[in-house]
Amino acid sequence: MPEIKELVTGLADKHGRTRESLLPILQGIITEERFISDDALTEVARELDISAALVYGTATFYSFLDTKPRGKFVIRICRTITCDMKGKKQIINTLEDLLKIRVGETTKDKNFTLLETNCLGWCHKGPAMLINDDVFTELTEDKITEIIRDYMRNI
Amino acid sequence: MANTVNIKIDGIDVSVEAGKTVLDAAKKLNIHIPTLCYHEDLCVAGNCRVCVVEQEGVNNLVASCAIPAQKGMVIHTNSHKVRNARRHVVELLLSEHNADCTKCYKNTKCELQDLASEMVINEHMFMDLVPDKNYTTDKQSPSIIKDDSKCIRCQRCVRTCHDLQHVSALGVAYKGDHMKISTFFEHPMYEVVCTNCGQCVNRCPTGALIEKNYLDEVWDAIYDEDKHVIVQTAPATRIALGEDLGMESGSIVTGKMAASLRRLGFDSVLDTDFSADLTIMEEGTELLTRLKKALVDKDTSVKLPMFTSCSPGWVKFLEHTYPDYLDNLSTCKSPQQMFGALAKTYYAEKKGLDPDKIVCVSIMPCTAKKFEANRPEMRDSGYQDVDMGLTTRELAVMIKQAGIDFQELPDEKFDSLMGESSGAAVIFGATGGVMEAALRTAYEIVTGREVPFKNLNITAVRGMEGVREANIKLENVLPAWSFLEGVELKTAVAHGLTNAHQIMEAIHKGEANYHFVEVMGCPGGCIGGGGQPIPTTPEIRRKRAEAIYREDEGMAVRKSHENPEVQQIYREFLGEPLSDKSHWLLHTHYVKRKRV
Ligand code: SF4
Ligand code: SF4
Ligand code: SF4
Ligand code: FES
Ligand code: FES
Repeated sequence: MPEIKELVTGLADKHGRTRESLLPILQGIITEERFISDDALTEVARELDISAALVYGTATFYSFLDTKPRGKFVIRICRTITCDMKGKKQIINTLEDLLKIRVGETTKDKNFTLLETNCLGWCHKGPAMLINDDVFTELTEDKITEIIRDYMRNI
Repeated sequence: MANTVNIKIDGIDVSVEAGKTVLDAAKKLNIHIPTLCYHEDLCVAGNCRVCVVEQEGVNNLVASCAIPAQKGMVIHTNSHKVRNARRHVVELLLSEHNADCTKCYKNTKCELQDLASEMVINEHMFMDLVPDKNYTTDKQSPSIIKDDSKCIRCQRCVRTCHDLQHVSALGVAYKGDHMKISTFFEHPMYEVVCTNCGQCVNRCPTGALIEKNYLDEVWDAIYDEDKHVIVQTAPATRIALGEDLGMESGSIVTGKMAASLRRLGFDSVLDTDFSADLTIMEEGTELLTRLKKALVDKDTSVKLPMFTSCSPGWVKFLEHTYPDYLDNLSTCKSPQQMFGALAKTYYAEKKGLDPDKIVCVSIMPCTAKKFEANRPEMRDSGYQDVDMGLTTRELAVMIKQAGIDFQELPDEKFDSLMGESSGAAVIFGATGGVMEAALRTAYEIVTGREVPFKNLNITAVRGMEGVREANIKLENVLPAWSFLEGVELKTAVAHGLTNAHQIMEAIHKGEANYHFVEVMGCPGGCIGGGGQPIPTTPEIRRKRAEAIYREDEGMAVRKSHENPEVQQIYREFLGEPLSDKSHWLLHTHYVKRKRV
């Protein structure tokens, strides 16, 4: 809790305490924590003097502002039509096998979370995915395996 | 006439003030356009699209609630295109709606159902999506039930809670087809900042937000031979109940209400107005005591301004939002709770009743009263002081269930001991009323003279202005109160929690220097309470307030301290205001709450 409080105060000092500061602050929390906890949202509401329900509403509106606990690395596979037709299903299967989790879940060691997302704008190079802020395109089973192994080695 | 705009609706010319909407213009012509997200008390949302009309020269249909009338507009409200579009809107809403009307509390009182019925919807044109929706219902609050399967996402509740109440316990969460009305982290309403004021309930067009009703419990108590069921009725019920039973807004039905309660089978028909008078005695004395401690004894621990504490929505708002000001709240319980504590002590004793067998029911304009009755502090009689709190609406339901022809009832009186009241108690029901009642009594205690206003009407504290101030100079005071000689008593009144927030900010910033502040949680005070008949609009609130003041003027006794039953209870039971017994039964304390 105290760390969250410090984090939020710091972000508010940086971005301000008006309504417009809400999004940058929430994004700042995501960068640090990967997800926005109950406590973090409460702190933001208190710091900006706005209702907690409204902060929650804003956070849930954006798919990238997660309110559920996430792993250190959040993998988001594009589920939109182009990537779908280019074989995202197979990519997901491979990821599920590699990580031993299903879409929506987080590994026991809290390192990886597997999610689907909407079009990433890389349709011409699908299937595409994000790991945190990094984009990976033209995915194949082999490529995926290598990428994940790399991440696992560097944890 | 630069400020008016002329338009044509369905071939009829109409002129309206600039800025008025097409919907307003149609109303002027008595042309009914259906609405769902629109509400007179709220800012325009324009999200439901059921109010669409056709504007000549414009390709798309326009939302009449949102579009201002503009010079030369030609509008059609009932064209083929309009009717089709509206039907689609309603059908789409129904495709996501758990329309089990016969099991729904809003059955026959629902705006969505009205529309479906008007459109004669038989076969649904869209797929039923309800089974895939995983809707949830929150029944944990003692006041309010939130059933997402009945929600049409019109956001009237969100706007109410934000704009009128400055609480925002409800917001919009998620997006697209997952969009829902949600509290913080979807916690139960019971666990968040919700004040239970019920203003959202009063405005929800469907059965998605309703009061938790206690109809079965009350009927069971009435049918139980072993129980003595006492009923008390709040000031604002007597000028609103008629609306739910086919009468005009502003009808005074005090006598009929007493008669109906007797016919329903309540054993003692008593009046919260009695304990409203008692509240004035206790709260007035508390104020004077605080003033003495502050002005004479220079006791810095005494908190001023003193806030009224009869509105449980306001009390909970303060507990969540301004916990540092809890010592400013009068320690007086609300009239409902004073009544409950006395029903199971004083009344039981006098009437030779076993308090264990007494069931105390209250009829309130309020949903927060249900929560208040369940507060753990409210058990000073040794029992839960008030067992069930019903809204004005629930009483109307009971009267209909019993087959009583309300309008034909004779006027009857309340039973004695706790049934007598003054005009000062009646006006508790309107914003400013508690202040006026307190001033009528306190001024007289201090100066020995009646308040210096024509007919005792302190008009400065009346009206619908959000925040009102009134100062009264105390001169030629009685010797016992010499420390108040020349003091200008500064008072303020606020209604609706957004106005309460405004006054609190002014106090907090040191910009306002009041001695006594009245706050009512609901717009207009209890006459506009969350438990009052639906709809409640500015016009209806005005009529109800006007009825309250008419009722006051018609009373033989106009001042709380002259209520003979109040004098009796002090003589025979309580001793004097703020006595030990008063403290035990009539006063309470408050708790800090979280702000989420
Ligand atoms: S909310 Fe209205 S339409 Fe829906 S079930 Fe209840 S009465 Fe029927
Ligand atoms: S709960 Fe009622 S008022 Fe709120 S959005 Fe749903 S239908 Fe509208
Ligand atoms: S009852 Fe009052 S405070 Fe609670 S959600 Fe409804 S409007 Fe907001
Ligand atoms: S469809 Fe996958 S990136 Fe656009
Ligand atoms: S009533 Fe006009 S858009 Fe809802």
